[in-house]
Amino acid sequence: MLTAIFSAMEAGFIYAIMALGVYLSFRILDFPDLTVDGSFVTGAAVAAVLIINGTNPFFASAAALGAGFIAGAVTGLLHTKGKINPLLSGILMMIALYSINLRIMGRSNVPLLQQETVMTIITEAWKKTGIDNVLNSVIAFSGFQPRTWAIFITMALLAVVVKLLLDLLLKTEIGLALRATGDNQPMVSSFSANTDWLIIFGLGLSNALVAFSGALVAQYGGFSDVGMGIGMIVIGLASVIIGEALFGTRSIVRATLAVIGGAIVYRIILALALRVQFLETGDVKLITAVIVMIALIVPNIAAMHKEKRRKKRKMEEQARGEHVAGAQTDYESI
Amino acid sequence: MLELKQITKVFNEGTVDEKVALQTINLTLAPGDFVTIIGSNGAGKSTMMNIISGRLFPDTGVVRINGKDVTAMKEHERARYIGRVFQDPLAGTAPHMTIEENLALAYNRTKRRTLKFGVTKQKRDFFRETLKTLHLGLENRLNAKVGMLSGGERQALSLLMATFTKPDLLLLDEHTAALDPARAALVTELTKEIVEKYQLTTLMVTHNMEQALRLGNRLIMMDRGQIIFEASGKEKQALTVERLLQEFQRIRGSQFASDRAVLG
Repeated sequence: MLTAIFSAMEAGFIYAIMALGVYLSFRILDFPDLTVDGSFVTGAAVAAVLIINGTNPFFASAAALGAGFIAGAVTGLLHTKGKINPLLSGILMMIALYSINLRIMGRSNVPLLQQETVMTIITEAWKKTGIDNVLNSVIAFSGFQPRTWAIFITMALLAVVVKLLLDLLLKTEIGLALRATGDNQPMVSSFSANTDWLIIFGLGLSNALVAFSGALVAQYGGFSDVGMGIGMIVIGLASVIIGEALFGTRSIVRATLAVIGGAIVYRIILALALRVQFLETGDVKLITAVIVMIALIVPNIAAMHKEKRRKKRKMEEQARGEHVAGAQTDYESI
Repeated sequence: MLELKQITKVFNEGTVDEKVALQTINLTLAPGDFVTIIGSNGAGKSTMMNIISGRLFPDTGVVRINGKDVTAMKEHERARYIGRVFQDPLAGTAPHMTIEENLALAYNRTKRRTLKFGVTKQKRDFFRETLKTLHLGLENRLNAKVGMLSGGERQALSLLMATFTKPDLLLLDEHTAALDPARAALVTELTKEIVEKYQLTTLMVTHNMEQALRLGNRLIMMDRGQIIFEASGKEKQALTVERLLQEFQRIRGSQFASDRAVLG
């Protein structure tokens, strides 16, 4: 049980970077960008192919980031310069990327098991620090001892660093214009910002994060597969929506933290769901969809119930008030 | 300051829905001119504003700002010279951003946006001082989301955002029409104050004749895509609503089409 939750959290931090990318397009730019399903794999494919050809894994991951930026920017160009509807721009790019990803990999699956990756390098370097012994003795009471804390802690740090950089960016002059573009596009033009380029840049950045996350997932899982991006946008949305529902959205700083939290909670829910005897690995997408549905519907139902209770209380108060008034009238008439 | 030469615009040309929105419009504004524009619905007022701001492009004719030909310049490029307030109080601000963030966005109208912080301590002090001139207490709510403000407050903020960077040209498109009378009076008063303070060259569309008479040094009446009447200086000061209606009847030989123009 604890092992499952531990690795769910590990994966959660890596997928959180993808979720931050989805947050940027979906919430900040108000652009439901389906490119994500393709660009996630593009990141994985670029990193995997570079790694098996002997490139430094860190450099390979950075290259994945760049590839994702290009993919997102093309979606932005389709929408702004090509005047194609946002959803359709994303879908077209997603389908185009499927073939491009196959071309990059040369086959449908590239294993990385014997390769040196970011994960193996971190794990090796970590062993020398001896932090594992300290942490393991701290949690010794639980009877659970993970193989290594390296991935867990470095990926958590990485997700937080990405979050902080995103927070900072959104506070800059360009960042303000980016946010306003998603909030009130005509107004941004009237203050001399070029919304076309802001959308292209924003989608580029969003997909850069998604592809970077894809590169890390490939190295974490030990393979890149052409189908690994299917439904990724829904997982991203699940993380964003769960995070917002659980942790709030009062400010950008809060919202991005919520997205990381949402990504982890999603992984944990999924890990626990898969432990149910009846469910199989193939049910993952169904479970994801159901999680998103619940996350979307439950807050509405809760709000409706609250409103109903409020009205009922008011009506009762009013009824009591009238009763008292009635009593007074009776009194006066006597 | 602003020069419109031989501007024409036709929508849906060659179809049954063809509509001539503007017919050879000529208009020149000297620096410091405050021109009010009245006219019934469909007279071409908004089309003219949109052609000046670059949201629409004319079929023929030239738009010059500060002597510079901006006819082909895109909306966001032209915005360097132009401050705008729209009819809809929701149109001029970003609801999910705070008051200071909105002001910071407007502050960059004339500058290239960089990766420096949008709101700095220095700017915040400046915003606070500027907001005080509105007398709405917004200077104490710098971190409130603009979506939480009332329509009147949002329109006052929009007006401030459009003007505090001293644009070469200020376009007001029925900016008080969607407000209740008290709020409309407030925003009208603020408009007067601000335009005087910064000596802004201003073009204001309104449906309210009384407002059109009270504000500005020049008045233009438009109908069916043409400027049909113009008055300035003393001549404008002497005008009354009745005179305007008579004038319209004399020129067009019909009752002023829009009830709104009379009642508004």
